[in-house]
Amino acid sequence: MNNPTLLNILNPQGPALHRRRWMALALGTAAWTQLPAQAQFRVEISGVGLTQLPIAVVAFRGEDAAPQKIAAIVQADLERSGQFRGVDTAGASLDESSRPDMSPWRQKAADALVIGSVTRLADGRFDVRFRLWDVVRGQDLGAMSFPVPAGDLRLAAHRVSDFIYEKLTGEKGIFSTRLAYVTKVGQRFNLWVTDADGEGALSALDSPEPIISASWAPGGMQLAYVSFESRKPVVYVHDVLSGKRRLVANFKGSNSAPAWSPDGKTMALTLSRDGASQIYGMDSNGGEPRKLSQSSSIDTEPMYFPDGKSIYFVSDRGGSPQIYRMPSAGEAAGRAERVSFSGNYNISPAVSPDGRSLAYISRVNGAFKLHVMDLASGQASAITDTSADERPSFAPNSKLIVYATRQGASEALMTTTLDGRIKARLGSQSGDIREPQWGPFQK
Amino acid sequence: MATRFNSQFARLLIAACAISALVACSSGVKLNEVPVEDKTGQTLPALAPPTVMPGSGAGGAAAGERAVAGVQISPNVNNATGASAAKVVYFDYDSFVIRPEFQGAIDAHAKYLNVNKTRKLAVEGHTDERGGREYNLALGQKRSEAVRQALGLLGVADAQVEAVSFGKEKPAATGADEASFAKNRRAEINYK
Repeated sequence: MNNPTLLNILNPQGPALHRRRWMALALGTAAWTQLPAQAQFRVEISGVGLTQLPIAVVAFRGEDAAPQKIAAIVQADLERSGQFRGVDTAGASLDESSRPDMSPWRQKAADALVIGSVTRLADGRFDVRFRLWDVVRGQDLGAMSFPVPAGDLRLAAHRVSDFIYEKLTGEKGIFSTRLAYVTKVGQRFNLWVTDADGEGALSALDSPEPIISASWAPGGMQLAYVSFESRKPVVYVHDVLSGKRRLVANFKGSNSAPAWSPDGKTMALTLSRDGASQIYGMDSNGGEPRKLSQSSSIDTEPMYFPDGKSIYFVSDRGGSPQIYRMPSAGEAAGRAERVSFSGNYNISPAVSPDGRSLAYISRVNGAFKLHVMDLASGQASAITDTSADERPSFAPNSKLIVYATRQGASEALMTTTLDGRIKARLGSQSGDIREPQWGPFQK
Repeated sequence: MATRFNSQFARLLIAACAISALVACSSGVKLNEVPVEDKTGQTLPALAPPTVMPGSGAGGAAAGERAVAGVQISPNVNNATGASAAKVVYFDYDSFVIRPEFQGAIDAHAKYLNVNKTRKLAVEGHTDERGGREYNLALGQKRSEAVRQALGLLGVADAQVEAVSFGKEKPAATGADEASFAKNRRAEINYK
């Protein structure tokens, strides 16, 4: 087999261009991720005719004795991106210090090979080591070692995935980022912080009243959210590491829809203190709000454009809810312009971190569907076949979207590629799951 | 924190490894530093050791840098009573207009509040389950605001009434049919 794929992909001038040369694979609708994990996003729907890089991720030597199965986590991460396809590795026994014979991997049509080990260190931590090989050229693409406490083994696996993804696609991986979402089980509401694959969930807040609209601060260590614990919607900022909370907006009426400015200094939010629900800006540490939107209608769901200069929001000032854009200093500084034109119900705008795409929910024939608009052309299309989609949020590399939906009688979270071709589902073990928000890259 | 992945830092480490060979960057596990023979008998250069991302160490062996401190909220019990009139006002689909049949109850609450100037109440607006949570929160606010304004027209002081919304978060009925939706499109009056 003479395939120059990896060399081309590694060309820093054009990884995206060369991705087209990846083996074109005609895949049917199939579930191929088989992991013992309890609550992980599972790839459920795959498109036809996708180009995906075949990669062999061999079980890490020693992982049977470790609390986490590193190779399975890495393979599932890569497959969820829609850009990789796992190759069968049964019977292989290798680690990062091996110099593998490439011919069996070439026979299996693998383009890349990941081999490594997990070793328990004397201080109780685990050392996760791996090496990435270009199978086609027989070339060592680099090796890393992550000595981590047991609690960070999944994080180490996700960092292995990030390294591989960046080496092979030229784009930054998002596998070591975090998600926040809310579950409702009986009358208990929990705000969870989890790995990007939905696993390793840790409860940040456990409340008898609803929690909605969690929003990650730019540093990824704080969450703003709306809690109804005092029998009205108020906005808190919550430091996830310490559990310390600050009540930042508890004005008369409802306080909701917190959104951070890109520098984290300002927060836009919706207040009804003057009657109508209007968008205000305030210091993210609290203080006196300044009115930003100017209408006698509903203005809500503010979201800063990544450059911080404008705010996308929802308004029904034209008779039906539509997406608008105004200067971040407010409508007093410049007119609000309408962004969505098709349909009579467009809500929940999310701008991709690269500023190119707008995800939002549009009602089409009574069904609420996730749409993605290319902001340069204004072209938009629905990318799901579900009918109760809610609250999209982009991964920090702008390549995936997480959103909430309903499948049958139960709520689920989904991730999707922007073209809608690869989706993965995270179901709840019991009760409902909703309000996902993808955290930023963490430094 | 020290273990956070940082590509610039990783590059620096790779450079550091190249300079100081294996000393600075290898840890406890023995590496394959010896040249390896492949099947053709050719001597190949040794594999570079893995770049080590230093551990935080701060959390000890079990706790990681991704720790989350959980907070638990206790239920908020309110047994306050006020006027004995009906405390729920229902609305039509996509409507924020108080139907005539509820005007009597509004009048009774206004009368009670006008006599009992120290009593306060919250009007809590609700919607059915269709559509987004935040937009529904704003729609529910329009319902509670309609009740607040009706009380205001009857002379109730602003300070006695707070209009808030629960959007679709606290449905009275959980079915996905019109009968349930109708029960959920409401404003509830809660004395404090």
